[in-house]
Amino acid sequence: MTWRSPLALMRDALRGQRAREKDLRNLVSNLPYEGLEKAKQPNRYFPSNAIKTTKYTLLLFIPMNLFEQFHRLANIYFVGLAILNFIPVVNAFQPEVALIPICVILSLTALKDAWEDFRRYQSDRKLNNTPCLIYSRKEKQFVERRWKDVRVGDFVKVVCNEIVPADLLLLDTSDLKGVCLIETANLDGETNLKQRTVVSGLSNPEFEPESFNSVVVCERPNNNLNHFKCYVEKPDKERAGAGIESLLLRGCTVRNTDHAVGFVVYAGHETKSMLNNNESRYKRSKLERKLNIDVIFCVILLFAMCLVGALGHFLWLQALPGVPPYLVADSSGHLDGPSLSGFYMFFTMIILLQILIPISLYVSIELVKIGQIFFITNDIDLFDEETDSRMQCKSLNITEDLGQIEYIFSDKTGTLTENKMVFRRCSVMGTEYPHKENAIRLAVLDEPESEEEVIFNQRPQSLQTGWSLDAEDTAPRDTTQRRGSRRRSKVAGIAQSDVAFSSPLETEVIPDKKLLQQISRAESSSGSRKTDPYLDFFLALAICNTVVVSMATAQRRRVSVSPRSYHTTNLLERLSSLVKNVGSSCLSSCKRKPKRNRTFSENSVVEEDHFRPSVKMETTKDTYGLQTCSLHAASQSNKPAATSGDLRYEAESPDEAALVYAAKAYGFILLARTPDSVTVRLPSGEDLVFEVLDTLTFDSNRKRMSVLVRHPITKEYVLFTKGADYAIMELLGTPYAEHFSGSKKNIAADTQHHLDCYAKEGLRTLCVTKKVVSAKVYESWLVDRQRALAAIDNREELIMDTAVQMETNLTLLGATGIEDRLQENVPDTIMALREAGIQVWVLTGDKPETAVNIGYACRLLEEEDLVINMSCNNKLTCTSILDCTLEEVRRYSADPRNVDTTPDISLVIDGRTLAMALSPDLQERFVDLAKRCRSVLCCRVTPLQKSRVVKVVRERLKVMTLAIGDGANDVNMIQAADIGIGISGQEGMQAVMASDFAISRFRHLKKLLLVHGHWCYTRLANMIIYFFYKNVAYVNLLFWYQFFCGFSGTAMIDYWLMIFFNLFFTSAPPIMFGIMDKDVSAEVLLGVPELYRTGQGAGEYKCSTFWVSILDAFYQSLVCFFIPYLAYQDSDIDLFTFGTPLNTISLFTILLHLSIEIKAWTVVHWVIMLGSVALYFIVTLAYSAICVTCNPPSNPYWILQSQMADPMFYLICLISTVVALLPRYTFHVMRNSIAPSPLVQARHLDQLDPSEREQWIKEWRSFRGGGQVKRSRLSTPPSPSLETHADIFPESPTASDIIGDDFTLNVISENYQGPVHT
Amino acid sequence: MGKDKTKSGPLAQRPDNSAFKQQRLPAWSPMLTANTVLPFFYFMTLICLLLGVWLLLTVQSTQELKLDYTDAGDCKVCYETRLNASNAAQACSCTKEFQLKKTFKGDVFFYYGLRNFHQNLRRYMDSRDDAQMVGRKKSLKTPSSYCQPFANDPDGRPIAPCGAVANSIFNDSFTLTYHGSSGSTIPVPLLRKGITWYTDKNIKYRNPTTENLTLAQVFNGTTKPPFWQKPVYDLDLLDPNNNGFINDDLIVWMREAAFPNFKKLYGVLNRMNKPFTNGLPAGNYTVKISYNFPAQYFRGRKEVVLSTLTWFGGQNYFLPIAYLVTSGLTLLLAIMLTVVWWKFGKNGKNMEE
Repeated sequence: MTWRSPLALMRDALRGQRAREKDLRNLVSNLPYEGLEKAKQPNRYFPSNAIKTTKYTLLLFIPMNLFEQFHRLANIYFVGLAILNFIPVVNAFQPEVALIPICVILSLTALKDAWEDFRRYQSDRKLNNTPCLIYSRKEKQFVERRWKDVRVGDFVKVVCNEIVPADLLLLDTSDLKGVCLIETANLDGETNLKQRTVVSGLSNPEFEPESFNSVVVCERPNNNLNHFKCYVEKPDKERAGAGIESLLLRGCTVRNTDHAVGFVVYAGHETKSMLNNNESRYKRSKLERKLNIDVIFCVILLFAMCLVGALGHFLWLQALPGVPPYLVADSSGHLDGPSLSGFYMFFTMIILLQILIPISLYVSIELVKIGQIFFITNDIDLFDEETDSRMQCKSLNITEDLGQIEYIFSDKTGTLTENKMVFRRCSVMGTEYPHKENAIRLAVLDEPESEEEVIFNQRPQSLQTGWSLDAEDTAPRDTTQRRGSRRRSKVAGIAQSDVAFSSPLETEVIPDKKLLQQISRAESSSGSRKTDPYLDFFLALAICNTVVVSMATAQRRRVSVSPRSYHTTNLLERLSSLVKNVGSSCLSSCKRKPKRNRTFSENSVVEEDHFRPSVKMETTKDTYGLQTCSLHAASQSNKPAATSGDLRYEAESPDEAALVYAAKAYGFILLARTPDSVTVRLPSGEDLVFEVLDTLTFDSNRKRMSVLVRHPITKEYVLFTKGADYAIMELLGTPYAEHFSGSKKNIAADTQHHLDCYAKEGLRTLCVTKKVVSAKVYESWLVDRQRALAAIDNREELIMDTAVQMETNLTLLGATGIEDRLQENVPDTIMALREAGIQVWVLTGDKPETAVNIGYACRLLEEEDLVINMSCNNKLTCTSILDCTLEEVRRYSADPRNVDTTPDISLVIDGRTLAMALSPDLQERFVDLAKRCRSVLCCRVTPLQKSRVVKVVRERLKVMTLAIGDGANDVNMIQAADIGIGISGQEGMQAVMASDFAISRFRHLKKLLLVHGHWCYTRLANMIIYFFYKNVAYVNLLFWYQFFCGFSGTAMIDYWLMIFFNLFFTSAPPIMFGIMDKDVSAEVLLGVPELYRTGQGAGEYKCSTFWVSILDAFYQSLVCFFIPYLAYQDSDIDLFTFGTPLNTISLFTILLHLSIEIKAWTVVHWVIMLGSVALYFIVTLAYSAICVTCNPPSNPYWILQSQMADPMFYLICLISTVVALLPRYTFHVMRNSIAPSPLVQARHLDQLDPSEREQWIKEWRSFRGGGQVKRSRLSTPPSPSLETHADIFPESPTASDIIGDDFTLNVISENYQGPVHT
Repeated sequence: MGKDKTKSGPLAQRPDNSAFKQQRLPAWSPMLTANTVLPFFYFMTLICLLLGVWLLLTVQSTQELKLDYTDAGDCKVCYETRLNASNAAQACSCTKEFQLKKTFKGDVFFYYGLRNFHQNLRRYMDSRDDAQMVGRKKSLKTPSSYCQPFANDPDGRPIAPCGAVANSIFNDSFTLTYHGSSGSTIPVPLLRKGITWYTDKNIKYRNPTTENLTLAQVFNGTTKPPFWQKPVYDLDLLDPNNNGFINDDLIVWMREAAFPNFKKLYGVLNRMNKPFTNGLPAGNYTVKISYNFPAQYFRGRKEVVLSTLTWFGGQNYFLPIAYLVTSGLTLLLAIMLTVVWWKFGKNGKNMEE
């Protein structure tokens, strides 16, 4: 590198800064400049691909780490005290000793930081040195380099299964159509393949990096993974737009594509994945906020005590008649005046009493939370076998908030429901096809859902009947083996996530007979034109989606193939299952009509394929020939069956997959999809290749998506649109009348009717439409479209505008109803949560009917509930409705008859009304109303509204909120709530990424909140209170002593022992208490959800609790100090000999105090408690035996030994400990005996043996009145004594009857006005 | 946790189903309710009562006598003399008479007591050098800075023993005389050695190793604390082995009292000869005080304490009373709890409403 003037360097740096900050970047290829010095490189301003995530460098570690650490207030406090101690006039201890705590804490933290940083450094180095292929002009080919050598402007080639090193603009792929499939699991956890295409408009058939002379203009790097704006300007000034669909993101893996070449647009830290790689969020829990207030109280207390000390010293000095020999002057023989000494004494006292501020509390809390999280993540009940995923805790410091939740906001789809879509019914041209057989099949499948074995038992049995003739002895073995293999393979398959939303049971659809007939009639009648509405309907289902088809044979090629042993051991199972498979298909072909059988057998093949690693396909293929015997196009039977059997659909949304599978069941098989074409096989066996002209992708504003294709036969431009009914119905144009002969019924109205029915059944509805676009219209639209695509500013809006422009005058084909089944135990979980005093809100984008139906299904709404339905179109009516309802509800709750029963009112509100209700002037009324409702159902809400609802409730009602969801649309809500929970489900990982906790099933919420939440909260709350108590109790000993030493800041306990006392002797028990204490067992907590209410609101950590424990600490310290004082009064006791029993007494008092608080003693408890006592004696004895002059001027030599030889010591220890703990002990006993809290009662339940406990939990619940939950107070449980059984059982039904009878409130129910105007 | 064994297979993530990780360790959960703790309360009552009675009886057998001689009788003169600091070197002695009504049986301990003398002031307590007192030569010549301003004299010579504690040593001395019934006066023999802790005398305080030098030679180059009249190696003229840092009186003084009112052991009655074989017989006594220690600067009182000891210390009624009171208190609580138990949870389950 040649020398350049500093000025030039600076200018260059400034220019670089500007280039990086610019909104648009112009990037050119590096190749022409290869080999030139850096200053001549055009892209030199942009960072290279080497990443550095380490915080520190080797040289600067200590200063930087210290700087970092001193951002913490606690450390500054420590250092301040240490410095204060170095000032001779105010020091309380030997200056060096005062440095110990801060040094220990700083060095421990520094060690931890260094270790973490070293790990980061290692992973950086590994990443930076990963090999990759970069084009070199010199060698005229791609040469192997390292990731760190990649620069912006390079051409990088990525081969199959390699990870993309930087953000690449895709320019060439091995695929002829310019497609590259990637897996973004590293970025967002989504495992379905995504399709990326070469930048269109650069279509040179042979891509040559050296001839690339265009300028790539792209936006400034941002962290949005789903957006990218860029255009390529060719030398002739022609622009080709490109978006995220042409960008290979760093960290993605290239799959199913031999190689891809891309142009590096962002490298290193500017890549989208790095920009997304932000630090974990820091949330402050409610408890911690309250704790900080109490710390401030402690500071005030400390200052008050110091003031007393300072004042005391001043008065004491003033009262002295002369200069006594014990008043020591400083080295120059000068004595400070009383007021100055008093002033100094203030600071000395701060040093002396410093541990009153529980700095160690923060460290302990962190430790406790780590322990709690360890237990939560290790809970086997929160483990999901199907996905092999544990519960994940993303936020480490809000575990205790789980125990204080008052409002839950839940998404519906994927959260309450499986999000495994099952095609249930459809309506074509106004005719309903109920798919009864399918429903029956699903019902059968539904039953044994929980018990897998049952499913597998059923089929083999039917098999046996047909099979027994020739293979009697093999059949039973088959059954068992198959069962085993099935289950294992199911788990394995899902674990590898090879199956995207295509669990075999769900994808299987048994076609409706009538509809099949209709299709075959249509097929024969429409002739070669293929434009019958029925055919169009299914074509639309097959085409109008973004489902990616991949062959099972071409399954994701992974670098690591499944282990060899797996193949060999499974060979037998596989064979047997194959045999069985053939058998079942033969069987069904014998029994059923050919048509249905075809799909059935075919599907069973599909399901098998998913389970089997690709290697085995060779053998399986042979058998397919056997199976396809019943295809009606006999000539084609072998080939299509083989291919269609191998098809795997990978959809971004499960609905789409369900629809494609449904179409497939009717013979409309989606065979292939490329960006330009869709191949569909018709039932006749004919393959049609549709040219895809454009895809108008789904967005949450339009709520629909369209595909514009060119019909291969009619050569028409056809637009297929599917979407939410309200998004479609408004856009309908001419009905399909001209083709539909015979009837003149209003298709739209009928379909709407069907849609409403579907919604009432709880099905998700979609409308399917078609539009034939004339060539002229298309041409003109295309111009707009391309302009929009090439735009840099407002690209999204422009693209959406063009989409809206096209989607008009649609022709309704029909509608589909897709079932999204409830997850297991959802009703039970919701009931439990409600009993726990949590209000559950469901926020969904679905139709109100669907939502209400699901609401009933999951027991969010009850039959006897009063459901208020709010839906209005303008604000005025909204206001009046709100007022009316509120008045009504108020009157109801004010009614003396309903004193004890809170009205079970549920509110159903739709998005539009919600938007009005949340406007600032109505907000208060809405929240007031919602507060009085037991459950609220918000339908058709947008993601933004979801988060707004959460925010409004959280801020207005000042309650703890929890939001749970699984999809990208829940991210806002999850982030807005106090606790966000993501369900790692079917819709990718965005929700999980944004969440604080990630679970895999909704039912896990029950244990997470009711058990872990409760435990974490009570443990931490009790530990924190205990910590305050402990510090105050100990420090006060020193304080009381000041009254006897002229307030001179003397400590009667050796300073080392004081440090040890806090550091070793009394630190482990509270931490263990915070991690492991168990007030009530998990079984009882789950059985009696009401116990959860103890944590809500202020919970156990109340202001009063804090002050009571501080008062107790004062009392105990008084006892611990004055009993020894009075006992040793006027004796020849010396200072440290007096301090030693004090230290011992406080150790015993503090530990026994904890023992009173500990609810369950396990081995760990005993070990730690006894260990602490043993440690105290061992360390103190050793210290006082060894240390003759080691810690001048204090000298504890042989003191404990001599004390332990003195009976007085034991007498004092005994009496002081007893007297100190007597009040608390008695108070606990009295409270537990006279007015036991629900928790104490629950602990009584715990003491019973399990079967008896079950009985009691049942009775407790029935006593409460069969699920009727009174919000006002906790119900009193019955006494768990056996003789009262008889009394309570007959009572229970009457109790519920009475409450149930009270429902005489006139129901206010706004007639729901659907937005569809038919 | 460390590195998990890399499990493979479909359920690799499955947590261990161990009692610890699933928080199902067998646990003992005591219930603090009236019926469970009642036995404990009664037991405590009994224990405290027994201990209290026993202690009370023991304490009652002890005897103690306190004599405040600060400005009593002819000590008034000395008191006045000591008012003026310039008379510090001037010797003054006085006598105080007292009568024992009952014989002090057993070992009798002779204490001197000080009231209002704060040996526990932080600055004062720190003003000492244990390294010097343990006999380190280096510390002898260069006392610790904690000793300031009593580390070096104005000439720069190190002070031995340094520091304010040693400097302010209590320097009154006492001789006790018994006036027998026959009018004879017998000096009461006091053991003035062996009044320290064994570890103090033998480990914590050592004279610098002498190596054939006399103690005076070892301490050569050091100077006595400013308030002292004699150098440290001349403290006990009778017993050369009781000189230097291992002087018993010095060691006793160096053990700083915890409270401003304290007593320190001066001597123990030597019961070798009659009439003291059983203790101090009843009768009249005179204590002759060589009055050196000034007390008026801190409104202090000086006293002589004669006391017999029990197995748990001197005459202190606090402990027995505390035990008795606690016993009464627990009894009261126990009765209350019995009532509670009777009313609320007699059948063992107290959840009935």
